[in-house]
Amino acid sequence: MSALFTLLRRDLALLMPGSTGGGGRRGGTMLPLLFFLAVAMLYPFAVGPDAPLLARTGGGVIWVAALLAAILPLDRLLAPDMEQGFFDQWALRGISEEMVVAVRVLAHWLSFGPPLMLATLPASALLGIDGETLRLVELGLLAGTPGLAAIGIIIAALTVSLRSGAALSGLLVIPLAVPLLIFGAGSLSTGGEGGLALAAAISLALVAAAPFAAGAAIRAAREG
Amino acid sequence: MKECRLAAHDLACLRGERLLFRHLSLSLFPGEALHLAGPNGIGKSSLIRILAGLRRPYAGDVQRDGAIGLLDEHPALDEHLPLAKALRFWEHLDGSTAAGWDSLGLERLRDVPVRYLSTGQRKRAALARLAGQQAPIWLLDEPLNGLDSDAVAHCERMVAEHCAAGGIAVIASHQPFTMAGLTRLMLAEHAL
Repeated sequence: MSALFTLLRRDLALLMPGSTGGGGRRGGTMLPLLFFLAVAMLYPFAVGPDAPLLARTGGGVIWVAALLAAILPLDRLLAPDMEQGFFDQWALRGISEEMVVAVRVLAHWLSFGPPLMLATLPASALLGIDGETLRLVELGLLAGTPGLAAIGIIIAALTVSLRSGAALSGLLVIPLAVPLLIFGAGSLSTGGEGGLALAAAISLALVAAAPFAAGAAIRAAREG
Repeated sequence: MKECRLAAHDLACLRGERLLFRHLSLSLFPGEALHLAGPNGIGKSSLIRILAGLRRPYAGDVQRDGAIGLLDEHPALDEHLPLAKALRFWEHLDGSTAAGWDSLGLERLRDVPVRYLSTGQRKRAALARLAGQQAPIWLLDEPLNGLDSDAVAHCERMVAEHCAAGGIAVIASHQPFTMAGLTRLMLAEHAL
């Protein structure tokens, strides 16, 4: 149990936005958040000051921005630990890859899910989204971001030993995230809770599968 | 120290298309140390990783009784953290304290971020981590790389003390390793 907490504390120190890692700065932790807000800020400039259009499409833009922001931290999710021999040392201590990944999914989600939900408040003001849509976007992000975190970890594990993994992982995440986007953002146009429930179901399945898929990928990378 | 044993039977290692060595057997009892010698690329590191269980042998099997401590070219310390904090992560996991701060000359590096440490200093830090882990079986891959003569002597003394306390050590190194009762295995004799 204490190993779990030790791992989680390290992961949070590395991943949380603005965290200093308990010492010198590893850096880049604020980037996804700033990227997300930048998209929300640029969109009105691009389509013009048409309030009804912005309000109608704003929810979808927030979803796309959230998805793209989730891609940014992928290259430092697992690859540095692999390169620096952490996974070898954990394996020798009987700490399985599955456990490390499960903890990291949680830390990764905590580092971008809730902050994005918070950042959605100013973003919705920039886009002129009304209260009901904002509620659906927030609920959708709550349901969908754990799934995005799980996809991110799986892809990061699959590309962990590739030299240009960062660019490739971004491309690989997008098709996998489409179902989440369809149901999560789709709930905005249908106004129904059904889409949210489906997005949450996909998220749960992804979160449950992520430790095993990513764990196997990491072991395979080690053999190579 | 707990009873430990490390044995390998008829190992072969395939790297890419190339068979690095075959028909390699070894057996180590408490207090014994083995020096894997041979030129670069002969498969010393691969053998260490096979013995550690981090890599599957192409043929043969390995039996290990007792926890494994591994020292290789990766110190597994967070680059951005001060050395003391980076080591504390492993102290928490191992439930012990990293040993030999003073004798390894790490005391004055406590607050220096790991990324500013030299190769030899990283190696010393990894040695402190290994000593703190208290694993009965030590697998050391090029432990002397980057170490100055004082640190080399200290490393040799650490391994000798570990074995005297009933531990097992396997040292893969192309450099000479001075220690009483060290058996030597020339990997070249098993190469193709």
